Amino acid sequence: MSPEAAVTTQVRPQALARYCLALGDDALILTQRLGEWMSRAPQIEEDMALGNIALDLLGQARALLTYAGEVEATYTGEPARSEDDLAFFRDEREFRCVHLVEQPRGDFAFSIARQLVFSTYQYALYSRLSRLATSPDPTLAGIAAKAVKEVDYHRDHAEQWTLRLGDGTQESHRRMQAGLDEVWPYVDELFTDTEDAAELASAGVVPLPSSLREECERRWTAVIEQATLQVPEPTRRSRGGREGIHSEHLGYVLAEMQHIPRSYPGSTW
Amino acid sequence: MYGNDFSTEPSEPLNAAETGGVEQAMAHEDRRAQLLSEAEVADRQEQFDALIAADQRIEPRDWMPEAYRKTLVRQIAQHAHSEIIGMQPEGNWITRAPSLRRKAILIAKVQDEAGHGLYLYSAAETLGAGRDELLDALHSGKQKYSTIFNYPTLTWADVGAIGWLVDGAAIMNQVPLCRCSYGPYARAMIRVCKEESFHQRQGFEILWALSRGTSEQKAMAQDAANRWWWPALMMFGPPDAESSHSEQSMAWGIKRFSNDELRQRFVDMTVPQAQKLGLTLPDPDLRYDEESAHWRFGEIDWSEFKRVLSGDGPCNAQRIAHRRKAHEDGAWVREAASAYAAKQAKRTAQAREEAVA
Repeated sequence: MSPEAAVTTQVRPQALARYCLALGDDALILTQRLGEWMSRAPQIEEDMALGNIALDLLGQARALLTYAGEVEATYTGEPARSEDDLAFFRDEREFRCVHLVEQPRGDFAFSIARQLVFSTYQYALYSRLSRLATSPDPTLAGIAAKAVKEVDYHRDHAEQWTLRLGDGTQESHRRMQAGLDEVWPYVDELFTDTEDAAELASAGVVPLPSSLREECERRWTAVIEQATLQVPEPTRRSRGGREGIHSEHLGYVLAEMQHIPRSYPGSTW
Repeated sequence: MYGNDFSTEPSEPLNAAETGGVEQAMAHEDRRAQLLSEAEVADRQEQFDALIAADQRIEPRDWMPEAYRKTLVRQIAQHAHSEIIGMQPEGNWITRAPSLRRKAILIAKVQDEAGHGLYLYSAAETLGAGRDELLDALHSGKQKYSTIFNYPTLTWADVGAIGWLVDGAAIMNQVPLCRCSYGPYARAMIRVCKEESFHQRQGFEILWALSRGTSEQKAMAQDAANRWWWPALMMFGPPDAESSHSEQSMAWGIKRFSNDELRQRFVDMTVPQAQKLGLTLPDPDLRYDEESAHWRFGEIDWSEFKRVLSGDGPCNAQRIAHRRKAHEDGAWVREAASAYAAKQAKRTAQAREEAVA
């Protein structure tokens, strides 16, 4: 721990609320993309598997958004915004998800490549979060401890498919490599040390995003090589999602997701 | 697990799976061994007849008449296809569910439907009909699915109406199938009915929330009830006088009650629920008959049923095109999975040989 960090005994709730929103938004927006697969998967088993992953991510999103709303209320003095307030009544610029989860679902190979990246990242993140035994934030650690078990399965699912597609037929090999190539420009953004994350990390509340990278890369490389594929070397990198600067896709995801509650404000469902 | 936390007299059964039929089927006493060991029933047709007469289950390895097998394959396949096609009208609302809780319930429901499809295709497989072959028959239009799924889900309230009415009608049809003479089908139905019962309650709960909401929400619920009521009644099939497969299926213990009988039970159970929801049903002839203690309902428009069944419904072409596209788009994935499995098997065999050598 750096001397500077030792001084920081308390984190600003603003940073914590924004951090939870970011994680919750990642999970929520990917739920939307995975939900699009249901009734469109290559086989019924995958309709179920992708639905199951979507359901887990939605559960994580709900817990994280609820908590973000509670933390936020400690400094706004307003009543806490609920998970639904946050999901349905924020605009594009207020979302904090990474570009990776916003991208259209693509073909099955793209979706698997994205899931490989995201689940590996989530596993690294949640396992570190849940191991922060002395965490000053037991709520976040608790959410992570539950989620890490789910994400372990998601990661396995994505790895198994990466192997099958990479080492299956010529066509599946080509598509899986193309899927990885398309996804890789969005990898870097996951490990950005935002101001909020850095502040929280220095207080020992969360791991520093960049510190998760090595573990993830080791795991990806092993699977990708076993699948006879190559780890892409992208020439462009997405950035800005955590600050509300998104790809153009997010607006459409939100328009679809939010339109009913916004058309009937004040209604309960 | 999800939902069901509303308090509309929860002790009161809301669908046919909550009135003891499933438990009754689960309590079925297996006397196959005893019956089959009796020497006088050595002939295979006689054995089959004796099992049916004693209300015992026929199991996959038993001899069975070809017509019995064909009837079951047709019925189970149609049922499996209905689960798979049924994912579409509801899946249509996953990305638009109006709260995160509703979204979770809906994803879980559509996932259950995929699961039901799987158990049912497996049950058909025990009769020698493979999933690929059955899916081809669905895609080519050779086999049918429930015509109810040829109607569109136009508003959020439709998701509620499907749960309440369509799942309610399906459960009414399926609870007696938990006692079907074919063992794998009966066992699949027990599991399916339990899950469907949740879905029906969740659908009722969606409408319950709308019916206590704003005037716009109430109107949405009423509109959905208006559009789904008659198609739900049609789900029980043509009137008894015109039902072509019924008699033989009854004799074989596949079917237990007639179409009209089940339809009447459904109406009797559902009308009071509509009243509780504050919804009217679109039938001017609907009235309670004190003498028979039944709700009497008006004439069903069978010409519409036949029209939709024959392909001229609002979504027939769309449902099949969607299903075929998913299947065709996924062909390379399934091929890759087979190719990989074959490579793996070869590698394992090679490794074993090397170990021996």
